[in-house]
Amino acid sequence: MKSFENLLPKLVVAPGFVLGFAFIYGLMIWNGVLSVTGSRMLPNYDEFVGLEQYARLWDMDRWYVALKNLGLFSVLYVGGSMALGMLLAIFLDQKIRGEGVLRTIYLYPMALSFIVTGTAWKWILNPSLGLEKLMHDIGWTSFSFDWLVQSDTAIYCVVIAGIWQSAGFAMALFLAGLRGIDDSIIKAAQIDGASLPRIYWRIILPILRPVVFSTILVLSHLSIKAFDLVMALTAGGPGYASDVPATFMFTMSFTRGQIGLGAASATMMLAFVAALVVPYLYSELRSKPHEH
Amino acid sequence: MNAKNLSRLAIYAVLGVAVFFFLAPLYVMLVTSFKDAEQLRSGNLLSLPQGLNLESWQLAWSSACTGVDCRGLKPYFMNSVLMAVPAVLISTAWGAVNGYVLSMWKFRGSEVLFGFLLFGVFMPFQVVLLPMSQVLGYLGLSSSIAGLVLVHCLAGMAGTTLFFRNYYTAIPRELVNAARMDGAGFWRIFVRIVVPMSTPILMVTLIWQFTNIWNDFLFGVAFSGADSKPVTVGLNNMANTTTGVKAYNVDMAAAIIAGLPTMLVYVLAGQYFVKGLTAGAVKG
Repeated sequence: MKSFENLLPKLVVAPGFVLGFAFIYGLMIWNGVLSVTGSRMLPNYDEFVGLEQYARLWDMDRWYVALKNLGLFSVLYVGGSMALGMLLAIFLDQKIRGEGVLRTIYLYPMALSFIVTGTAWKWILNPSLGLEKLMHDIGWTSFSFDWLVQSDTAIYCVVIAGIWQSAGFAMALFLAGLRGIDDSIIKAAQIDGASLPRIYWRIILPILRPVVFSTILVLSHLSIKAFDLVMALTAGGPGYASDVPATFMFTMSFTRGQIGLGAASATMMLAFVAALVVPYLYSELRSKPHEH
Repeated sequence: MNAKNLSRLAIYAVLGVAVFFFLAPLYVMLVTSFKDAEQLRSGNLLSLPQGLNLESWQLAWSSACTGVDCRGLKPYFMNSVLMAVPAVLISTAWGAVNGYVLSMWKFRGSEVLFGFLLFGVFMPFQVVLLPMSQVLGYLGLSSSIAGLVLVHCLAGMAGTTLFFRNYYTAIPRELVNAARMDGAGFWRIFVRIVVPMSTPILMVTLIWQFTNIWNDFLFGVAFSGADSKPVTVGLNNMANTTTGVKAYNVDMAAAIIAGLPTMLVYVLAGQYFVKGLTAGAVKG
């Protein structure tokens, strides 16, 4: 009876863990297997092609466009969301009246699907009827805004909508960090004659470093996974000008009948995320025992 | 004290501009949805509609066309409900049990297992799309709502386990040890002691899972068939239908309908949603 009681917890979680690990790691390996086959419309495990799909991938102009867009999007999206989020968090931390309401307003986009907000932004950024018409009606008749339909600017529309969606998230994380800082630190610095901006730059920001770090991590991995927003706003277009790896993978796998190539691009995405997250997870788990 | 007042004013001004920036798209969606086709052309993004024209709402809900299918958003909305409810409940219960074991019944290697499980929170799901569609085929669940429920449970389990495990770790061990001394077993402790203390984390997890699953697009577009598409896929198809004149008023009404459930949850239980956001991010 005693040994059964000891065994029970393991027995209870075992089936779930087996399923969960099969889903995460089993399918990951399976995807890797697919990527070394010549699969096209259907998976074909008999045709082993080695690393040929990866060679094809890194030889494709479209893949480089997707990577360039990902780089642009990641830097601007992560940087923009963090800058705006930090600004709002610091300002909200100045004993603002109606702080709760403001916070709710800044954060609500996070509760919405990227498809919902993407549909709205598509209308707002519409070249003739959207922002452009508004400016014309106000009296700025020379205003022209057709970023959404131009190859070299469409990705910036995705950036704008992305920052709008995620800035409140960064704000919430920073605000939680700021609330954890002892007020007396600021008071002491003020008595020493330091100005408020200086205090934030030199004292508060360094204290917030762990929060800043994990925010960068979370936002960057979100940017690698960005799929819905691009699909809703530009669907990768015009042409494939605003493609990102996530839309590239989907198009190759499900509409172009290039399953092997799609699997190879998915493996690359996995490698990007792993390079970002694994060191973080490792350090988090390693440092835990010291905290307790 | 003039400089101080000035800086206060500047702070409020910046926060006010931000309010405008964040609310403007919502405002645009709302006013656009009440306009008719004529007002769409003559007005602009910010102009108010003439009267409350509910036609586009009606169209969006029950008769707008996606390709040749003219049933509006309603069937997709129902699919999302049928998908989200079981997936949210199952993945939450599953996470609760896992978290309970990983915090209070630790065994050799359980921390390592947890570490490997955590990667499931971050992994790009593109990696499972192709194999999973084959698995769903083997199981006879291709293009079905049941298949989507299964995928969401598997994909959400790592996150829900993380939530519960971190929460239960904070419960004093003495409580469990005392119950064990009294002869209470694994399930008894869970049901009588742990579950009653779980209301906050239960709320966080339920809301977090509901928001994620309702808003999912990737699995929806990859694994659903004609009769099992969730509302995000329905909305995207509707908004990208190229036949006929672009009816932005209908698109906006449809977008609001698709976003309403999560928006409602956010307004009613926002603090739990924010806790889920920050917990998932800060505590790895």
